[in-house]
Amino acid sequence: MARDNEISGSIDWTTLLLFFVLVTLGWLNIFAAVYDENTNQSIFSLTSNSGRQLLFISASLLIGFAITIIDLRFYETFAYILYGLILFVLLLVPLIGKEVGGNKAWLGVGSFGVQPSEFAKCITALAVAKFIGSAGFRIDSLRNQAILFMLIGLPMAFILLQKDTGTALVFTSFVLVFFREGMSPFLLIVGICAAAIFILTLLVPNPIYLYVSIALILGALIFFEKRKKFKKIFLLTSGAILISGVIASVDYVVKDVLKPHQQNRIKALINPDADPLGFGWNVTQSKIAIGSGGFWGKGFLKGTQTKFDFVPEQSTDFIFCTIGEEHGWLGSILVIGLFSFLLLRIIYIAERQKNRFARSYGYSVACIFFFHFAVNIGMTIGLFPVIGIPLPFFSYGGSALWGFTILLFILLKLDAQRGQVLQRI
Amino acid sequence: MNEGRKEIFQIAIVFVALVFITKLFFVQVLDDRYLQLADSNSILRQVEYPFRGLIYDRNHKLIVYNTPEYDLQVIVKDIKRLDSAKFCIYFNLTRVELREKFKELKSHKKEYSPVKPMNFIERLSNEDLAKIEDHLDEFPGFFVQARTTRAYTTSSLANALGYVSEISRDALKKDASGIYKQGDYIGQSGLELYYEKQLRGKRGLRFKLRDVKGIEKGAYNNGKYDTLSIPGEDLVSSIDLDLQMYGEKLMKGKAGSIVAIEPATGEILSLVSGPSYDPNLLTGKNYSLNFKSISSDTMKPLFNRPLMAQYRPGSIFKIVQALTALEEGVITPETRIRCDRTIINCHGDHSNEDLRGAIANSCNPYFFNVLRRMLNQNKANDPFKDTRIGLAEWNKHINSFGFGSHLGIDLPNEKDGLIPTPKYYDAAYKNRPWKFSNIYSIAIGEGENLVVPLQMANFVATVANRGFYYTPHLIKAIGKEGKPLPQFSEKHFTTVDSSYFRIAVDAMQKVVEAGTGQWYAKLPDVIVCGKTGTVQNEPVARDHSVFIAFAPKDNPKIAISVYVENAGQGAGAGASIASLMIEKYLFGKTRRPYIEDYVLAGKFIN
Repeated sequence: MARDNEISGSIDWTTLLLFFVLVTLGWLNIFAAVYDENTNQSIFSLTSNSGRQLLFISASLLIGFAITIIDLRFYETFAYILYGLILFVLLLVPLIGKEVGGNKAWLGVGSFGVQPSEFAKCITALAVAKFIGSAGFRIDSLRNQAILFMLIGLPMAFILLQKDTGTALVFTSFVLVFFREGMSPFLLIVGICAAAIFILTLLVPNPIYLYVSIALILGALIFFEKRKKFKKIFLLTSGAILISGVIASVDYVVKDVLKPHQQNRIKALINPDADPLGFGWNVTQSKIAIGSGGFWGKGFLKGTQTKFDFVPEQSTDFIFCTIGEEHGWLGSILVIGLFSFLLLRIIYIAERQKNRFARSYGYSVACIFFFHFAVNIGMTIGLFPVIGIPLPFFSYGGSALWGFTILLFILLKLDAQRGQVLQRI
Repeated sequence: MNEGRKEIFQIAIVFVALVFITKLFFVQVLDDRYLQLADSNSILRQVEYPFRGLIYDRNHKLIVYNTPEYDLQVIVKDIKRLDSAKFCIYFNLTRVELREKFKELKSHKKEYSPVKPMNFIERLSNEDLAKIEDHLDEFPGFFVQARTTRAYTTSSLANALGYVSEISRDALKKDASGIYKQGDYIGQSGLELYYEKQLRGKRGLRFKLRDVKGIEKGAYNNGKYDTLSIPGEDLVSSIDLDLQMYGEKLMKGKAGSIVAIEPATGEILSLVSGPSYDPNLLTGKNYSLNFKSISSDTMKPLFNRPLMAQYRPGSIFKIVQALTALEEGVITPETRIRCDRTIINCHGDHSNEDLRGAIANSCNPYFFNVLRRMLNQNKANDPFKDTRIGLAEWNKHINSFGFGSHLGIDLPNEKDGLIPTPKYYDAAYKNRPWKFSNIYSIAIGEGENLVVPLQMANFVATVANRGFYYTPHLIKAIGKEGKPLPQFSEKHFTTVDSSYFRIAVDAMQKVVEAGTGQWYAKLPDVIVCGKTGTVQNEPVARDHSVFIAFAPKDNPKIAISVYVENAGQGAGAGASIASLMIEKYLFGKTRRPYIEDYVLAGKFIN
């Protein structure tokens, strides 16, 4: 009793409330996404996605509750053991798992299955946080950096073995956590620049324009540099040559390294109208669905594009289409606003933690959520290539919902008892 | 070292949110292209037109059915490198015509859309389709939409059946139900129009996937969203097709009408309008061409005479007068009136008849006096006022027979006829006073009276029933085992007592046995009751020949009115046609070839 009061007294009610709001909105949208007015199926029917999602939500509430009553020290103490365990399970998946929608990411018996990769996110977050929080950790040590990248690289590699590129990519968001903990931004900047150049190369029909612009920028930089030090000029020049190299390799990468469907996703992003019924189908239909919502939306259950399966995966990866179609621009703003608020709140919570473990865990949560939010909505409105990852709390599916719930509730637990942590140290 | 990094995260989050909101503003609010794209998505919506309900005759013989026809449609967006020379050869067009067709498509600004299927060449027959079918895939964007059009087992009953054609722009604009789309067929006249709601059925919709080239790739989502078309309801008509065809044969080359009713039910057995046209002319590709020639025919074959032609009834109206006068008590069956031909002329050899004799000989002075007694009953001292009161009373009775306003048959455009009222005469005499001596010609069915043949037939059915009628109707069942519309099972009583009808029936029997009808209307083995009428036209044109009759006298099976324009005396053409129809219906054959020949020859010399 005393313990409960302690939790409820200091738990972050704002985050909890956001969680409930998002989960409820998600549930209603899953109902709307495949609603068929002829069958008039109940939102509670277990033969429908919405009915099953309600079961998943109930289970996630139990999980959330369990997390808040488990002893605080459990998460940090068992982080590595859990990490080892999940790596083992991830390795098992390609061997004994079953294939759903092209990905061999499922473990399960009969019709019930879970995706271990969804749980790998929060366990990796714990492991990364534990390592960063450990005594004597220094981010500028190359050895420590190597260990960090290994910590995120292993689950990523194992998930890639399951051919689930989307979930694997989520692990790159940990790099942002390292950045927050003091890692040099160099890697981040190089990464962003590489991505920018990559996309620019695809956008510009002939790379010769890019080479010319790089040469011009280089010339300008050297020209306006007051103290013409040889070292600086050398660095700039080699940078320019490096970038040109990236550009030259993009063509090769796109044509020979990426698989055809991955190539198409990138092409679709750049010019979906080139083949609206082929590789551009997903993005085109998704944009049509969202765009047809207008300012006010068509109204709850009144959408046609999503229900009539014009939009593929309308309950899972493309669930945002239902929001855009039925609730219009206003509804979209509301959902984007709620997510932004949640993300900012998580950052706020992370920042008020008193130790590195809790803070970096908080940032891990923020970064994973941010990645999902940005990539998922980005792809539905044609700002990102199609990467099959769910929109937290909105996409249909138990594993993803539970993964996100665990991520969030461990943070809430850590936050609620941040006072005790200080005493422990 | 880590200062400011928190803010970078916060800025990044807000930045991404703002980018999304901005992008969504462009996609959702500024760009309305997506709404249109959503409506005409890349999935082909194929309309499956429902089968229009069939129409049977009372013996379940098929009258109207459906036959396939094809529209060549086009989705302009999907046209790729149209080989116009080839196209013109296959579709039998000149280059100019082809260009005109495209121009025409785009001229309908509101309906035009490059992504919507639009009619290009309409109403191709099976044979037309066979010619082009194999070449169709050489012209992407063009495809064939199948639907059905009307076909008829005989060339009979055209005016009653009506025709079906594409819904007009005006009708489409007025249609509040939203059921009709451009290019849909709709009943335009006759039963097709009146029973449009029952006949039309419900359209089906199929969603078909197609690839980039526009080639169908099977049902979309296993046909999950497809709806089947629901055929319209079949109608069982009360028409006896054999009798109808026989009636049309008799009316060939004549203008006028035959209306035959089953008195006990009000069901119409035949509804002949002469001249008529072949309903098959108003289906298929040549619809507009044929329509033009039929509608400009000076004999007006589209004019449905049984309900639209308003005639003076002539002497048959004497029965109505007799019934009314008996009810009013101004005469008895025994009342004798001298045939004084000074005011009004008469014919035949009679001088001082009672009611039955007056009817049998169609005595004009008798009914002149009957009407005078009715209109001037000395209820007011002023003769003008007295006539006024009498006429209003008379109107009440006449209206109860269904005269003076349309009966409500299940066909459109039924006319009211005219029974003059005090108000009518006030207007006609511009409020100058009028009395009996001004208006007496209505006594013998001349003057201002106008009735349509349907009202005459309904009247004789009322007499056959001895005092009541069911509203005449053509559809006895909606759906094969169904019922007629509710208003047709409602009995209408006249204001005249049933006992007076028995007197009228006796008189009508006498007409056929010994009176004006004895030469042409008398039939072996059955008692026919009838009344002749000769509606005056001379000297401008020949008189109209009218006859009403029912048979048998007891338990009548058929009541009939015949109106033949400019055919002379009712005792001739009218009586012959009526008796032939009765004979044909009651016995299935006719046994008086000389009468038949007389009618078919159509000379009708008195």
